[in-house]
Amino acid sequence: MADKEIDAPTGVETTGHSWDGIKELNTPLPRWWVILFWISIIWSVVYWVFMPSWPGLTGHLKGTRNHSERANVERAVADLEAMRADQMKRLLSVGSVSEVESDPDLHLFAMTAGRSIFGDNCATCHGVGGQGNVGYPNLADDDWLWGGKLEDIQTTIRYGIRSDHPQTRVNQMMAFGEMGALTGAQISDLVEHVMAISGREANAAAAARGAATFEIQCASCHGADGKGVQALGAPNLTDGIWLYGGERLDIQKSLHSGRNGVMPAWTGRLSEEQVTALAVYVHSLGGGE
Amino acid sequence: MTATNTAPAQNGGSEVPFIAAFLAVGSILALFVAARTTDALMSAHAMMFLIAFIAGGFALVHHLSSGKTLTQDVYEMGVVKAGVFASVFWGIAGFLVGVVIAAQLAFPNLLYFEDFGWTNFGRLRPLHTSAVIFAFGGNVLIATSFYVVQRTCRARLFGGLAPWVVFWGYNLFIVIAATGYLMGVTQSKEYAEPEWYADIWLTIVWVVYLVVFLGTLLKRKEPHIYVANWFYLAFIVTIAMLHIVNNLSMPVSLLSTKSYSLFSGVQDALTQWWYGHNAVGFFLTAGFLGIMYYFIPKRAERPVYSYRLSIIHFWALIFLYIWAGPHHLHYTALPEWAQTLGMTFSIMLWMPSWGGMINGLMTLSGAWDKLRTDPVIRMLIVSVAFYGMSTFEGPLMSVRAVNSLSHYTDWTIGHVHSGALGWVGYVSFGALYCLVPWLWKRKQLYSNALVEWHFWISTLGILLYITAMWVSGIMQGLMWRAYNSLGFLEYSFVETVDAMNPYYIIRMTGGLLFLIGSFIMAYNLWRTAKGDVRAREFAASPALAPAE
Repeated sequence: MADKEIDAPTGVETTGHSWDGIKELNTPLPRWWVILFWISIIWSVVYWVFMPSWPGLTGHLKGTRNHSERANVERAVADLEAMRADQMKRLLSVGSVSEVESDPDLHLFAMTAGRSIFGDNCATCHGVGGQGNVGYPNLADDDWLWGGKLEDIQTTIRYGIRSDHPQTRVNQMMAFGEMGALTGAQISDLVEHVMAISGREANAAAAARGAATFEIQCASCHGADGKGVQALGAPNLTDGIWLYGGERLDIQKSLHSGRNGVMPAWTGRLSEEQVTALAVYVHSLGGGE
Repeated sequence: MTATNTAPAQNGGSEVPFIAAFLAVGSILALFVAARTTDALMSAHAMMFLIAFIAGGFALVHHLSSGKTLTQDVYEMGVVKAGVFASVFWGIAGFLVGVVIAAQLAFPNLLYFEDFGWTNFGRLRPLHTSAVIFAFGGNVLIATSFYVVQRTCRARLFGGLAPWVVFWGYNLFIVIAATGYLMGVTQSKEYAEPEWYADIWLTIVWVVYLVVFLGTLLKRKEPHIYVANWFYLAFIVTIAMLHIVNNLSMPVSLLSTKSYSLFSGVQDALTQWWYGHNAVGFFLTAGFLGIMYYFIPKRAERPVYSYRLSIIHFWALIFLYIWAGPHHLHYTALPEWAQTLGMTFSIMLWMPSWGGMINGLMTLSGAWDKLRTDPVIRMLIVSVAFYGMSTFEGPLMSVRAVNSLSHYTDWTIGHVHSGALGWVGYVSFGALYCLVPWLWKRKQLYSNALVEWHFWISTLGILLYITAMWVSGIMQGLMWRAYNSLGFLEYSFVETVDAMNPYYIIRMTGGLLFLIGSFIMAYNLWRTAKGDVRAREFAASPALAPAE
């Protein structure tokens, strides 16, 4: 064991021990370090006096400021709701979009609220701009499966499509092929017919055969001319807008396996005021009716 | 166990019958579980245990029949060499998976397969965290602690073959944990994902580790215990306590991978963060301070700056760290008084942490020129600087008002990585650059120039990483809390995700640079161990320069 010695570069005495050649200086604690350490301790003790801190056998020290983070949150939420309350209330009695638009303040409010609600509830499927995706309708165009009036949009949002809500909008695109209702050849003919009525090149003979099948199997929902029936939620097959793709294979798949996408019911999760605000916003995206 | 009765006494000590019996019992148990379970995942893990135990048995017999003598006057350095290998291997694996998941965050479809879950972000993320913390960090800690405790106690490791049990047992735990994550075995506790059987195995290994370390301390030939060993011991003891309490759970059956935690709700949350924060405090801080306290003075050939500071900051750190966990649960169901205590203890922890930084930095007094001439010293000192920065940022983020902005954002990720890459990574790299020439008895590293490359490439990587996360995290926090004048949120969540994308790409680039640096290190260490010296650098090593 080495004896205490003075380290030349620093002029400080060592402790006298050595481990594998490592020695230690006996430098005193840096003053600023000690001061800051004490300050942090004193600050903590003061903080305990003011704020909820040490627990005892029953309860805990409440602190002289009687601070409660939960009460603060409740207050902040209540303030926010009070701030929105007047306009929200007016949204409850709105009957049409033009009624909202006639009041610039109310319109701005509904659009702002709607945009916020859309972003956190709808954008996941329908896209941030409502542009949709395969299987998720584009809300930014003027093609409405279930209607684009304020009331129609409200109903869709409230109860959803093929949702578990009793008042849900519902229809069924059946799996004609899987069910055996149509043969492969009939499906191929129908595909040609749909290609023809949507204005694309098609095998004329097959399309003619398909037209006959269309009248029996499809016209009841999609209409004799294939232009769809909004009351039934049956899409227009002639406008070149396709929810599940419009190529031959896509149409064939729709006919063979059916298509039954689901939109959840939002009533209960969104308030009536929120549904209206959201409907006003969606109405504005592309071309509400 | 007849085999052990005939074992030549000089080949191993009294530990051999224990090890043999343990391997035999373990094999039987693993075989039983593998044969009886209907859980395919359990079956796979039982088979891994079985193979490992049988291999262990063969290794033991081979060792006993080889006639090698374990003498008491030579240090046990083989296990340290093995630890160096394992550290470099797991380090590269962990950094690589980190880069992959960083890329997945920037490009979400990368390696995502609907019917094949092994490479999903959700499985790779714990693989990354465990690989870097426990596989890389753990092996560095085991290797360096075994080296340091022998050199500073002037005593061979206690327990004969037991250190090897620690090394292989620990790495078996790593393999069980890692394969479990990939297959989908998890108890969903952050940084403690392995299921009950892996936890029990780690507990056994850890107790052996403690016995080896304590045993070596007890038979030391130095009158006093060196400060590095205080930190190592604190690390080993506290991790044992944290690991056991956090993992208390009831398995569904002996044959099932699934278990249920003893805790639920907010008590579970508090237990998990008591564990999680102190895994940072005692694994990633105390253990690595042990490394710092040996390798910096040794490499710089200077005495430790202040013995008094080391005592005060050690005890302050140990006493204060353990209470700081609740700062991870601000603005949650955790009662406010517990949040207050977590926050104030974090503030009080600031100076004790900086005590370590001061002792590391100031040890260079009288040898500051080595920062310029020795890239290994520079790496070690920069690690301490990152430690100082992280331990200032940590208390700052624990303040409730700051936390209301930073919580759940990328700022936290940036904070963790300035500590992980800058502090833990660099102090480990510095130790490895020291250890390899010492262990393999080489006069110098293969190339100091390559250390320079490693240092600068990875420093650039760290800076890109943490600055990107600061910007992204603070932006994210501000976007989340932005209200417009009508009282509605200004941004939807998905808009904040979209805004973060460029920073995720920068972060990925930073991680990639860090990974490249580790490849350079691996090559350099490999050539050093082989005894090569880069032609131009022969005898230019600063390690040979006389101390001032």
